Amino acid sequence: MTADRAAESLLALSQQEELVDLPKDYPLSASEDEGDSDEERKHQKLLEAISSLGGKNRRKLAERSEASLKVSEFNVSSEGSGEKLVLADLLEPVKTSSSLATVKKQLNRVKSKKTLELPLNKEEVERIHREIAFNNTSQVLSKWDPIVLKNRQAEQLVFPVEKEQPAFAPIEHVLSGWKARTPLEQEIFNLLHKNKQPVTDPLLTPVEKASLKAMSLEEAKMRRAELQRARALQSYYEARARREKKIKSKKYHRVVKKAKAKQALKEFEHLQKVDPTAALEELEKIEKARMMERMSLKHQNSGKWAKSKAIMAKYDLEARQAMQEQLAKNKELTQKLQAASESEEEEGGTEVEELVLDAVNEAQMNADGLNPWMLRSCTSDAKEGEIQEDPEQLPEPLAHNVSESEDERPVTEEEIVLKEFEKRRSLRKRSELNQDAELRGSQETKDSTSQEVLFELRTLSQKFKESHQSRKQKASSMETVPQVQREEPAPEEEEPLLLQRPERVQTLEELEELEKEGCFQNKELPRPMLEGHRLKKNPNNQTDAPKKKRKEQMIDLKNLLTTKSPSVKSLAVPTIEELEDEVERDQKQMIKEAFAGDDVIRDFLKEKREAVEASKPQDVDLTLPGWGEWGGVGLKPSAKKRRRFLIKAPEGPPRKDKNLPNVIINEKRNIHAAAHQVRVLPYPFTHYRQFERTIQTPIGSTWNTQRAFQKLTTPKIVTKAGHIIKPIKAEDVGYRSSSRSDLSIIQGNPIRLSAHHKKQLKKNSID
Amino acid sequence: MERAPKPGKDVPPKKDKRQAKRKKPRRYWEEDTAPTTDRACPGPPRNKKRNQELRPQKPKNTHILKKPRISKKPQVPKKLRKRTNPEPERNLSGAQDPFPGPAPVPVEVVQKFCRIDKSKKIPHSKSKTRNRLEVAEAEEEETSVKAARSELLLAEEPGFLEGENGEDTAKILQADIVEAVDIASAAKHFDLNLRQFGPYRLNYSRTGRHLAFGGSRGHVAALDWVTKRLMCEINVMEAVRDIRFLHSEALLAVAQNRWLHIYDNQGIELHCIRRCDRVTRLEFLPFHFLLATASETGFLTYLDVSVGKIVAALNARAGRLGVMTQNPYNAVIHLGHSNGTVSLWSPAMKEPLAKILCHRGGVRAVTVDSTGTYMATSGLDHQLKIFDLRGTFQPLSARTLPQGAGHLAFSQRGLLVAGMGDVVNIWAGQGQAGPPSLEQLYLTHRLSGPVHGLQFCPFEDVLGVGHSGGVTSMLVPGAAEPNFDGLDSNPYRSRKQRQEWEVKALLEKVPAELICLDPRALAEVDVISLEQEKKERIERLGYDPEAKTPFQPKPKQKGRSSTASLVKRKRKVMDEEHREKVRQSFEQQKQHKQKKTKPFGAWPSALDRFVR
Repeated sequence: MTADRAAESLLALSQQEELVDLPKDYPLSASEDEGDSDEERKHQKLLEAISSLGGKNRRKLAERSEASLKVSEFNVSSEGSGEKLVLADLLEPVKTSSSLATVKKQLNRVKSKKTLELPLNKEEVERIHREIAFNNTSQVLSKWDPIVLKNRQAEQLVFPVEKEQPAFAPIEHVLSGWKARTPLEQEIFNLLHKNKQPVTDPLLTPVEKASLKAMSLEEAKMRRAELQRARALQSYYEARARREKKIKSKKYHRVVKKAKAKQALKEFEHLQKVDPTAALEELEKIEKARMMERMSLKHQNSGKWAKSKAIMAKYDLEARQAMQEQLAKNKELTQKLQAASESEEEEGGTEVEELVLDAVNEAQMNADGLNPWMLRSCTSDAKEGEIQEDPEQLPEPLAHNVSESEDERPVTEEEIVLKEFEKRRSLRKRSELNQDAELRGSQETKDSTSQEVLFELRTLSQKFKESHQSRKQKASSMETVPQVQREEPAPEEEEPLLLQRPERVQTLEELEELEKEGCFQNKELPRPMLEGHRLKKNPNNQTDAPKKKRKEQMIDLKNLLTTKSPSVKSLAVPTIEELEDEVERDQKQMIKEAFAGDDVIRDFLKEKREAVEASKPQDVDLTLPGWGEWGGVGLKPSAKKRRRFLIKAPEGPPRKDKNLPNVIINEKRNIHAAAHQVRVLPYPFTHYRQFERTIQTPIGSTWNTQRAFQKLTTPKIVTKAGHIIKPIKAEDVGYRSSSRSDLSIIQGNPIRLSAHHKKQLKKNSID
Repeated sequence: MERAPKPGKDVPPKKDKRQAKRKKPRRYWEEDTAPTTDRACPGPPRNKKRNQELRPQKPKNTHILKKPRISKKPQVPKKLRKRTNPEPERNLSGAQDPFPGPAPVPVEVVQKFCRIDKSKKIPHSKSKTRNRLEVAEAEEEETSVKAARSELLLAEEPGFLEGENGEDTAKILQADIVEAVDIASAAKHFDLNLRQFGPYRLNYSRTGRHLAFGGSRGHVAALDWVTKRLMCEINVMEAVRDIRFLHSEALLAVAQNRWLHIYDNQGIELHCIRRCDRVTRLEFLPFHFLLATASETGFLTYLDVSVGKIVAALNARAGRLGVMTQNPYNAVIHLGHSNGTVSLWSPAMKEPLAKILCHRGGVRAVTVDSTGTYMATSGLDHQLKIFDLRGTFQPLSARTLPQGAGHLAFSQRGLLVAGMGDVVNIWAGQGQAGPPSLEQLYLTHRLSGPVHGLQFCPFEDVLGVGHSGGVTSMLVPGAAEPNFDGLDSNPYRSRKQRQEWEVKALLEKVPAELICLDPRALAEVDVISLEQEKKERIERLGYDPEAKTPFQPKPKQKGRSSTASLVKRKRKVMDEEHREKVRQSFEQQKQHKQKKTKPFGAWPSALDRFVR
């Protein structure tokens, strides 16, 4: 029973399976009402028989012998007809039914389709994928090729890659597109407009234009250069001053101070000569400094520091010195001026001056307004020192005072004195002029002329009435006088110099001549033989020889500037050529005789032969005596055998001195130098000649100009310190930014591929 | 740098004349002020002569210059330029540059600086290699053009001496020359009268500013001869054979009777080099910092003065060495021998690089010119010969002199001086490059004693002669190079500059072993086999750095370290090694056979490399 059931269920299951399978592969056909086949029947029978075996739930199926409606819905049997069932036959009667349209369609589709091919192997699929991916990527990447090539060939790469600076737009363009918006800007613009300042195009106001036109280009350039220079000088000066200010060395400052003082003194002296008024001012300054010093207690050793030093002074030498210095300074500053030297006094003007000075002094004594003490000191100083060659050095106010005093006082003897002085002064001036005209005649004539002029002047000066203005005028005119006056003695001094100089030079020359002569005498001593020799050769030389020697003046640095080299007219050459022709033959003969003994040439040839032998590659002799024949003392292997076992060394390259009989060139390699030579070719070269060409130009600065050297030695890659070098982007090179997406794909792809690879690897490992 | 011009009697100095003639140079901005007719034709400027030269266009952006910058065809008409550059560039002022583009450079000058040897054929190369070659060529051209441009800076011209309508220059006396030249140049002619301390040797420093001389009776002095400022003067109380400045004027090498001494410019003895004894001649190689000494004992010694080491002591095997000179081009030392040969030496080689038979008698004097092309020798056979040193070593010209020259010297510009007795003869070449022609005397001078030392002063037209009567400095117009290299040998350099130069020169010191006959050969690829290379390496080092150290058995205790057992152990190891070797060779043979027998049929696959 149970078995029966089991069988039944099994069958049902199988049928169900079929049912499930059916719609998949074949469209469901509802009309399977064909009669049972024999097998079916038999099968049915078998089933019944099996079921009847159980007994109880026996379902009796009536046996059918004719076509009935009851048809198994699951099987289509083509029993009866000899041929196969065609689907179309089945469908024909049910054309009208709409439910079958879809089925038909499906059928059509199935018909039109070929049989599906087998799906590809997994590996192959992957390969295809890879290929496609590779093609895509390489296509995307190929656009970088030119850039890569360019970078490879570039002489220099600079990282980080900088974008090119946009070209500078002219300022007019920039301004034209700009408008004033804020009130401040508007205000400024208003101002500019008021001044007719053109905002856009020429950028120059009419005034400026006019000035530009007025000033030519060259002028402008000159002016600019001048300004530049001035600015540069100023900046230099400033820099220098700043630098000097920073110097902390006391010694340096001391030295500087001293130098300054010296300079000031010098200038003062110079000023005295050139511009006495200015000198006087300077003097006043000094006087003032003295005054200040006297008033203050600065260098009196009464300060805090000085007191402390005073305590130390007992023990400390330096402190003592410092104090002494202070005192000395004080003394120096408070000292009355006695600067000028007596030497500067003039012979001519002294008496006059003294007179004048007296007068002035008196005038000043009476003068009011200025501190009388001061005045006195000043004038007395001047008097004592006699710095003032002329009274004109006195400042204006003094002169004024003088004039003022005149008003008050009656015209007395002083007046007369002054007048006389005036006369003399003008006289001297005239005489000076005359002198110039006469081109400095002798002293006597000068005197005479001066006498004449003096007379004239006296008469003239009588006409003059002393008045304020006239006095003043004269005073001013007199100021010019001293310059001329001072110049006067100079030519007088020069004259003797001029007269003397040639004499001196002459004497110098004479001395030299003397020396020379002595020298030549000395010279003559060691070579009388030589002289004789030359005498024989050409007698005409004889007379010239000593003369010539004298003329052959070696220039000494001493007499280089004072003397001229004397002109030499007579030429005499040590004649060797003449001698040559005569003696040549004899000498050749003599030489031949002299070197007859030692055969230099044969020795040399022998040496060369030896050298050639030594440098020849050696043959290898592999003969073993006694093999295959008798051996022993005195027996030699046969020539045939020797020839057979002799390995001849390959013939080396021909010697360099093969055709040079008088030369032996060493064929040995300089292995120490060879160690420095290139032995391995670098990458792109395939032949050593190619590489040699590229290294033949020297790159050192010794052989090249600086620019060329720098260019030849530029580094291939330059990086900025502290900057990140980002990977190159499409925008950097001028590609569209959209291509970035392509790049991202590229970046994604390799990952995917690698995943594939991993899978495959896993599989392989499992297998 | 005053040159001595020709002694013309009434002709004013050339310079002034030239200056007077010279027009004010025209500036580019002056075109504005030029007449309007000039403006009417803004195209090509007027100057026809200028127009004839082809001006190269501006280089394009490519890094390889395709167009040569040299004006190869000066006759190309102007039209060409006009077409390519229809609108001439105008600058801000509206003025037009009349000479646009870089200035043209003459081809010959550029050729002078080209160094790539194109005579050697190279095999056809791939594009990548070709690219490199092109780059190298472009680079060479560019640098040579730049160098040619900078020739403009060499403003000085060499002096010269010309006789008036066929007058023989040899008849012109020193006094004439002195009279003709300016005072500064005239001051360069002087005579030091030093009879007391015998014949003098002398040497100028490399800058030509300083002069050192040593008398054979011990008098040594160094002075700045231009200003005549004496640096030092000493008596070394010993015979002085030779004297030479080292790299700068601060150091002085004196070959004394016994040893070599080195003094500084104060005359203080710094070193006494006893390894160089009985030195007869000194020679200093400035770029290698080598002091070469030739001694009576027949040794040529190289002393590296920068480190104080003796680099090489070579035995010349030719007796006393009394004649020596250096080749300034390749720093090879030339020694003259008594058998009439001149041998060429380098410190790297124990044997002479070359030996030349020059004279039948002994060689008395040798000198080499500054380009290293010519060597002049004089021998006991009274011959004076000039040899070509460029590979052939053949005499170019020879002349018999009545007395034979005892001393020879070349000047920087190729003048040859020979001292014969108390006469000094100078020969000059026709052109700049040629050897001096011995037919025509250029100058001659008689001294107060027999000549003992000769040297032309560098960068000054002056010849220094040391003789028994002292030292004479005579004027030889056209002797020296008028333009000096301010970075290398600057006569006017200050102390600081000298010190700086010293450091730089030391940094650029050339190793002594690089001295060879052809210095350009160092820029060639050394094509030798690996075996030879190995052999040379062993020879150079003196040992084989890759050699295995022989087995040394360790000492063992308990009587197992007896001599016999030690030998046994040694033998064991040796045998083992031998066996191993034999095994290896067998295997190799087998492999070899297999390789031979393997048929050539199937192509090897690329994947074969993964087969293990």
